[in-house]
Amino acid sequence: MKLRTWLAASALALSAFIAAGCGGASSGKAELVIGEYGSLTGNDATFGQSTKLGVELALAELATAKGGKLGGLPVRVVVEDDQGKAEEAATVVQKLINQDQVIAVIGEVASSRSLAAAPICQSNGVPMVSPSSTNPKVTETGDYIFRMCFIDPFQGTVMAKFASTNLGLKKVAILQDVKSDYSVGLSQYFKEAFTAAGGVIVAEQAYTAGDQDFSAQLTSIKGKNPEAIFIPGYYTEVGLIARKARQLGITVPLLGGDGWESEQLIEIGGDALNGAYYSNHFAVDNPDPALQGFLTKFRDKFKKDPDAIAGLAYDAANVIFAAVEKLHADDPTAFAGLSSAKANSAERKAATAKLRAIIAATNGYAGVTGTITLDDKRNATKPAVVLEIKGGKKVFNTQIAP
Amino acid sequence: MSEFLQQLVNGITWGSVYALIALGYTMVYGILRLINFAHGDIYMLGAFMGLFAARWFNAAGDPSPMKAVLVLLTSMLICALIGMLIERLAYKPVRKSPRLSALITAIGVSLLIENGGVLVFGASPQFFPQIIPEKNIALGMGVTLSNQQMIVLIVSVVLMFGLRMLVLHTRVGKAMQAVSHNHMAAALMGISVDRIVTFTFMIGSSLAAAAGVLVALQSPKIEPYMGIMPGLKAFVAAVLGGIGNIPGAVVGGLVMGVAEVLVTGYISPTYRDAIAFVLLIVILLVRPAGIFGKAVTEKV
Repeated sequence: MKLRTWLAASALALSAFIAAGCGGASSGKAELVIGEYGSLTGNDATFGQSTKLGVELALAELATAKGGKLGGLPVRVVVEDDQGKAEEAATVVQKLINQDQVIAVIGEVASSRSLAAAPICQSNGVPMVSPSSTNPKVTETGDYIFRMCFIDPFQGTVMAKFASTNLGLKKVAILQDVKSDYSVGLSQYFKEAFTAAGGVIVAEQAYTAGDQDFSAQLTSIKGKNPEAIFIPGYYTEVGLIARKARQLGITVPLLGGDGWESEQLIEIGGDALNGAYYSNHFAVDNPDPALQGFLTKFRDKFKKDPDAIAGLAYDAANVIFAAVEKLHADDPTAFAGLSSAKANSAERKAATAKLRAIIAATNGYAGVTGTITLDDKRNATKPAVVLEIKGGKKVFNTQIAP
Repeated sequence: MSEFLQQLVNGITWGSVYALIALGYTMVYGILRLINFAHGDIYMLGAFMGLFAARWFNAAGDPSPMKAVLVLLTSMLICALIGMLIERLAYKPVRKSPRLSALITAIGVSLLIENGGVLVFGASPQFFPQIIPEKNIALGMGVTLSNQQMIVLIVSVVLMFGLRMLVLHTRVGKAMQAVSHNHMAAALMGISVDRIVTFTFMIGSSLAAAAGVLVALQSPKIEPYMGIMPGLKAFVAAVLGGIGNIPGAVVGGLVMGVAEVLVTGYISPTYRDAIAFVLLIVILLVRPAGIFGKAVTEKV
């Protein structure tokens, strides 16, 4: 009995403490809160972690340049982990909007998770900037949803063009993740462009993220004798598939998209990935000064090379920062609504509507991943690079413009 | 033809893993009439213990067959101890309670291990080091087998034969058979039922751990939830072969592995998980006792 009373008392105390903590976060203090959600853990954890580092770098620069303030108000970024699950993404974005009262949201990398969160941002009138979701449906959700990268119809064409022209391939097999919007979309665009260029898709096989064994699909693909296999998945499965393919004696090159971009890709796939090609947002060996400046800063702060995901997140954060500054300069009354008013109040909605309009008008912004100009569908139009994996290193192969 | 043979080889390698896990289910069921739902999670722990052992022995930096064997044995030993702990702490107190209590306890233990795993190992996948450098072996007729697949097959066969010898030809094995027939009678014959039950858990857990290490060797991504699906499917495999029957578990596992691979290769990968449960439904309709099981009439 005594134990039970004690437990009840401590539970009460704990809940009071949590309630107090939540109240404190949103009450009174004039500040600008920006939300970020991503897969800090889970199957493709480097996506969320890289995004976080990119945003952290942008924040650190804001701290040195402007004392961490925009329009005189301190900026705080709240990061939430969606564990790589779409349903979790929806939950944490709800929390960011209603509890943390964020003025804008950065995320996600995986299109399925961006698609789960986008309708929530749209209906609450909070601008959402996805750094690196490439499925076209993401920004089609509504006019509050933006992205900093190219879209899959373009990316699919790039790899199809690369396969048919640069590599001179005629027969390609596709192995896609059937439960990922990204993978299914990219496969379809690749297939359309590759067949239009005179190529043939000799086999189409599928898997699901989280699968452990790919031998059946690969054996079936091997029987069709393709000259390459296009695997538009995320890096974890790609690494496992590459290894299994080599075990089964498949020696043809593997092709992929920006879902391969992770420092863990080569750790998982090892030598099996040598001779593979994938399309990406940037190449670390590109001499562009803006990119090289970013690389130096990133290496100084985190002691490693950034991936493109981090670069896009850095750009996304800076585009939002610039938009907030511009709102402060153009319309101080609306700007006041960003910090003082509660989420979903008329004042706040008027302010985020203006912020949205400023982000939508982003034109010629010099980002580290290229010049960002948002079109009327709120997508950035940028060139793609094709990287080759050689001796466990990613090497720039070619750049293909839209 | 060569494609079909290759698929068959893939299926048998994958099925031998199911067979190893299914053995644990079937042994525990044979002795306690308990479905140990935490068994799939022991398989997960096996993979993680293998990972830690591999790091400890630096098996990836300087691979040698000796170290690979050490990694396997260490993982099996640790998991045997974990199996013993689970039995003593979770199942023994409810052994005399209705079977439903034991079943619910098993589900609880399973959740505890999975979420404890997230807490201790983290939710992000980790990657099992290459403790045996990969090589391909051509078997002729266009069929290739990697040396890792070969190892999976050989180790599984050795363990299964070892288990058979143990059960049929040793005193402990005979005691296990006696306990599985009737606890009370076995106790009257002077067999320590508690000890035999614990021993059974230890053997079952070490087989699951071996399966974990073998899978991690071929498909190196390991994470705390990796045991759920294989655990469920191995359970189906055990039912398929006739739960409580040791050769049945092996056959059930192989049938399951081959069925999965053939469905994925020739029909659609989306049906991969479905086929396991279709098999379960079919066997329950046609032959509820399983392929090797004997129908038992229960007195009401």
